[in-house]
Amino acid sequence: MNHLIVLPILIPLFAGLGLLLKREGPALPRRLIALAATVALLVCGVLLMRESAGGTIQYYALGDWQPPFGIILVLDRLSALMVTLTALLALGSLCYASAGTDEEGSNFHGLFQLQLMGINGAFLTGDLFNLFVFFEVLLIASYSLLMHGGGKARIHSGFHYVALNLAGSALFLIGLGVLYGTIGTLNMADMAARAPGLDSGRLVLAEAGAMLLLVVFGLKSAILPLYFWLPRAYAAAPAPVAALFAILTKVGIYAILRVFTLIFGPQAGSLANLAQPWVWWLALATLALGGVGVLSSRDLRTQVAYLIIISVGTLLAGIGMNSIDAHGALLYYMVHTTLITGGLFLLVDSIARQRGKAGARIVRGRSVQQVALLGTLFFIAALTVAGVPPFSGAVGKALLLQAATPGQQVWLWPILLSSSLAAIVALSRSGSTVFWRASGNERSEARDNNGDTPGIGALRTLGLLLLIGASPLLVAFAGPLSAYTEAAADQLADHEAYIQAILERHRTEGDS
Amino acid sequence: MEALFSMTTGVLAACGLFLALRGRTFPVVVGLTLLSYAVNLFLFSMGGLDTGGAVVLGDKGGPHADPLPQALVLTAIVIGFAMTAFSVILAMRARGDLGSDHVNGNRVDEPREERS
Repeated sequence: MNHLIVLPILIPLFAGLGLLLKREGPALPRRLIALAATVALLVCGVLLMRESAGGTIQYYALGDWQPPFGIILVLDRLSALMVTLTALLALGSLCYASAGTDEEGSNFHGLFQLQLMGINGAFLTGDLFNLFVFFEVLLIASYSLLMHGGGKARIHSGFHYVALNLAGSALFLIGLGVLYGTIGTLNMADMAARAPGLDSGRLVLAEAGAMLLLVVFGLKSAILPLYFWLPRAYAAAPAPVAALFAILTKVGIYAILRVFTLIFGPQAGSLANLAQPWVWWLALATLALGGVGVLSSRDLRTQVAYLIIISVGTLLAGIGMNSIDAHGALLYYMVHTTLITGGLFLLVDSIARQRGKAGARIVRGRSVQQVALLGTLFFIAALTVAGVPPFSGAVGKALLLQAATPGQQVWLWPILLSSSLAAIVALSRSGSTVFWRASGNERSEARDNNGDTPGIGALRTLGLLLLIGASPLLVAFAGPLSAYTEAAADQLADHEAYIQAILERHRTEGDS
Repeated sequence: MEALFSMTTGVLAACGLFLALRGRTFPVVVGLTLLSYAVNLFLFSMGGLDTGGAVVLGDKGGPHADPLPQALVLTAIVIGFAMTAFSVILAMRARGDLGSDHVNGNRVDEPREERS
C-alpha cells in the first residue's frame, strides 16, 4: 500500500494538533510550523500528481480493511489535482495571514490546518459517509475561522452560515440513509457497481436520495437558489480565510462531479445522468445572477464574493454539459478560478488596509499608498478573473465555450460572455474609483508618517504574488496542465476502471 | 412498529423544521437539534427494522442486525452533539455582540429598515 496517499490528511492533522498544544507566546513558532506543514502538503500534492499521472487508480485501505467493507482513500488524477490546488491556495493565504491577521484572534493556525485536513479528506475519500465526516471536519473549522477576530458582521453572518450548514448536514445524512437503504453500500465504487442493477421498487427512493445529495452539494457550492449565504459570509470573513474559502465551494463542485459521474453516471441504467439537466439550467441562472450581483455590489469584498458565484456558475455549466471535453475544460478553469479569487480576496484586503475609513467600499476615498504594486496586481487580477486574453481566465473560458455542443452553445455563449462583460464593467468601475478617483495624496502621506498604515510588507506581497502570479504561469503552462486535466476527465469517465481498481480483489476472492 | 417509527421520525423532523425557521436563535438551535434527532432515528432504521436480531459478532444463527447504520448513527450523534454545543455558544455570543437574539440581528423595538 502506498502510504503517500494518507499523508495529505495526516500532515495537517498532526500539525493542527501540535499547534493546539502551544497557543500562547510568540507567534513565530506557530507560523513556522504552519508554513512548514503547508509546504510539506504542497510537496506531497505534487508527488501524488506525479504518482497518478500514469493513469493507475490506487487506493489506501485504512486499517487494512479491504473495500468494499473498510473505509478507503482513493488516488486518481482528479483527487491529486485538487489536493495540490488546495495546498497552493493554502500556502498563499497562510503567507498573507502570517503578516498579522493570525494574531487577531486565537487558534488561527490550528484551525487552518484542521480545515485543510477536512478539505483534503473530502477530495481523497472513496466512501460516501466518509465524505460526510470530512465535510463536517472542514465545516466546523470553517465556522471558527469565519469568526476569527470577532466583530458584529462576522458573528451575524456566521450564525446564518452555521445554521444553514447544520440543516445541510441533516439533509446529507438523510440522503446517505436513503442511498444505503436502497443500494446497500456506501463505498462509491461499490455503489457505482450496484446502481445499474437496482430493482424498480427502489429506483424512486434512490433517485430521491441522489437528488438530496445534489441539494447538499449545491448548498456547499453555492448554486442559484442556495447561494444567498455566500456573499455576506465571504465578505465578512478575514481575508486569508476568505481566500481559503475559495476552495470550499469547489469541494461542493468536486462532490457533484464525483458522485454524479461515477455513481449516477451514464452507466447507471435508469439512474443515469440524474443531476445534469438540473445542474445545467441552474448553473446558467447562477451565472446570470452572479453578473447582476457583481454589477450591483458597493463593496469590493462583496464584489469578489459575487465573482465566486460567477465562477461557480461557469464550473457547474461544465458539469451540466456532461462531456469529457467539458469536464477537462472545467478542471482547468477550476485551478485558475480558485487561485485568482483567493488572490483577489487578499488583494482587496491589502487595498482596504491602505484606504483608511473608506476601506473596501467602492467610494471616493484616500488613495492607496503602493499604487504601482497594488494597481498592477488589481489590473492583472481583474483581467484574469473577467477572462480577458492573455491571462488564464481567457484560456479556461475558451476551452469551456469550445466544449459546448451546438445545442448548448445557444445558451452558454451569450450567458457566459455577458457575465464576463458584467465582470469587466464592474471591475473597471471599481478599479478606477479606488485607484484614480482618490483624494489628496499629501494627507495620506502625513498620516503615514504617524505610522498609521505602513506598506503591505513582504509576507503579504509574497502571498499575493503566489496566488495572482499563478495566472501568467497557468497561461505559460496551459499545454501540460490542460493535457493533465483532460486526462483526469478521461479517467473520470472510465467508471469500469475505477470500479475494477477498487473492487478487483474483492471480486476475484468472491469468484474463487 | 414501522408505522410508529416513521411517524415519530416525521413528527420530530416537522417540529425541527418549524422551529429552525423561527426568527430567534434559541428556537433555531432547538429546531436544528430536533432535526438531527430525527435524522439519527432515520439513519438507524436504514438497515431495516427487526426485533431480536443477533449481533454480527460470532456465528450465531438467525438474522443479524445490520451493524453499519449503528456505526453511522454513532458518528452522526457525536458530530451532532458537537455542532449543537457550538451553535449554542455562537447564539449566546451573538446575543452579547449584537444586543439581540434575533437571527437577523434586529432589535424587537426597532423597525427593520433602520438596522439595514
